[in-house]
Amino acid sequence: MIELRGITRSFLVGGRPVHALRGIDLAVAAGEYVSIMGPSGSGKSTLLNIIGCLDRPSAGSYRLDGRETADLSEIELSRVRRHKIGFVFQFFHLVPRLTAVQNVELPMIFAGIEPRDRQRRIDAALDSVGLSERRDHRPDQLSGGERQRVAIARAIVMEPAVVLADEPTGNLDSSVGREIIELLERMNAGGLTLLIVTHDPEVGGRSHRQVRLADGRVISDGAGAARPVTTGRDPATAADPGGRP
Amino acid sequence: MRLADLVRFAGRALGGHGLRTGFSLLGVAIGVASVITLTGLGEGARSYITGEFTSLGTNLLTFVPGKTETRGGAPLVSATTNDLTVADAEALARRVPQLRRVAPISMGTAPAGHGDRSRNIVVLGTTPAYLAIRHLRMASGRYLPPDEPNAPVCVLGSKVASELFGSSNPLGQMIRLGQMRFRVLGVLAPRGQSVGMNMDDVVHIPVRSGLRLFNRTGLFRIVAEVSSSQAVPAAEKEALAVLQERHGGVEDVTAVTQDAVMATFDRIFNALTLALAGIAAISLAVAGIGIMNVMLVSVSERRPEIGLLKAVGVTRGQIIAVFLVEAAFISTAGGLAGLAGGFGAGRLLQHIVPELPAAPPGWAVVSAVLVSVSVGVLFGSLPARKAANLDPVEALMRSRA
Repeated sequence: MIELRGITRSFLVGGRPVHALRGIDLAVAAGEYVSIMGPSGSGKSTLLNIIGCLDRPSAGSYRLDGRETADLSEIELSRVRRHKIGFVFQFFHLVPRLTAVQNVELPMIFAGIEPRDRQRRIDAALDSVGLSERRDHRPDQLSGGERQRVAIARAIVMEPAVVLADEPTGNLDSSVGREIIELLERMNAGGLTLLIVTHDPEVGGRSHRQVRLADGRVISDGAGAARPVTTGRDPATAADPGGRP
Repeated sequence: MRLADLVRFAGRALGGHGLRTGFSLLGVAIGVASVITLTGLGEGARSYITGEFTSLGTNLLTFVPGKTETRGGAPLVSATTNDLTVADAEALARRVPQLRRVAPISMGTAPAGHGDRSRNIVVLGTTPAYLAIRHLRMASGRYLPPDEPNAPVCVLGSKVASELFGSSNPLGQMIRLGQMRFRVLGVLAPRGQSVGMNMDDVVHIPVRSGLRLFNRTGLFRIVAEVSSSQAVPAAEKEALAVLQERHGGVEDVTAVTQDAVMATFDRIFNALTLALAGIAAISLAVAGIGIMNVMLVSVSERRPEIGLLKAVGVTRGQIIAVFLVEAAFISTAGGLAGLAGGFGAGRLLQHIVPELPAAPPGWAVVSAVLVSVSVGVLFGSLPARKAANLDPVEALMRSRA
């Protein structure tokens, strides 16, 4: 469902071009569980933002569900984000003045979903992240793990096809982080496509497929618990539907 | 997206910064309140003056010797060729049917005395018609007699009566005016100040007695009451024709209609009200800048939130709507508060100065409220645009720092 070909992204920093991505080819099938790993500055987050249609590539082709995203207008890209993509961030990005329930409700308000349906979907989303209590608390009254659960509930409440998680455990201690990863994995097992950006090898090692970036390029793409520096990739893995030639 | 959701979302966002919201709201409230209070004051002054004029009589036509170019207000008299005479007044009453009452007036000041009390006083020589034309009432006795324009009789204003006679009854007593003596026929009921002249501080005597007292042949003016306001223009034209004929074909009399005088005052006070409204409108503009300032602060504080909204698929247009509704919320609430404050101030003013009916005109109330709402939208649009144009990636990244 995600097909990237020759994606580059460069920024002007202080008048000089900085190449964050230098030609990425990547294909992700529906239902996959992929981790994107690499040192900081390798372009992981930029790649995730492009996949999430928050950012546009400088060059290259990105087809989502067969549609070329470069051809989509700004409003159409908003619709794509609204209906197909759920974001989970390292710093949760909950709106501080809103309660857990109201934060989960947020995407539905702007999508124009009827209040009747909203309540049902909020309940379902919060139940699926295991947050049955403290729903009317504001983010500053919740623990880090609880906040990330609310953020995940918000990401899935519009029933997207893909969840993009950018360092979802980066701000949590390891046991809470593991719970969050297990939660995301359960959703992947339910059919959700899951992409996690992480620099934590333990988190990355759990995924079915690891894509390693360095200096804006894919240096390895394969299954299995790869060791930190190895570039071993297994061409026989079924989870790689020809993303790389 | 539903409007109710939008308003609730904006309300919650503003509620998060109660103090800040409150102060920018106060700015709008002061602007609207000052529009309403100041225009109310202007309008009050206008209707006060109008009321004063109608209390002096209605549908009045005044003839002044001399020809001037301007109409309305006090005429600037050019070279007078012929005097206005008592005979002119009689001719007007006889020959112009639209004139219901005609009163010639001779006027001047003279030392008035009774016993050992004496002072300078305004003396008004006229005929019985004057009483009805000016809507005056008698407190005691009777007014000037008809058909005796030379009689040595007088009628006292209430203040003159009390000053010259104290508590004793002036009826039938004699007073001195200059070198002449007049018998008191009656005393007028108190009337108070009326457009530059204290009607209580006047002695009325027959018109020819007045001319003799001041040693004049010409009248000060002629005042006439027209049967209806529609008849005023025709009456004015006919009366001027009669006077021109009597004055040997010379146009040497100016007619001043009460309408013209009132229209002049109306113009003056409307200009005053507009000027006050303009001054108050400046404070509304300042309030708008206050809103813009607060909204700009809000946008830069809420960068992560805006980034998140974009990430969950909120469109540019929706983000603009959110911030515009917030700005309009502040200005509308401020406008309503200002409305209440303005009317409160009007009430207070009325309590302090009861003579001034300080009611703001409808147009000022409606436009103050409409302007306050549009001030929010106008000054909110720049911050809203700024929010909508934020790069989501950058907005989300910045908050990590």
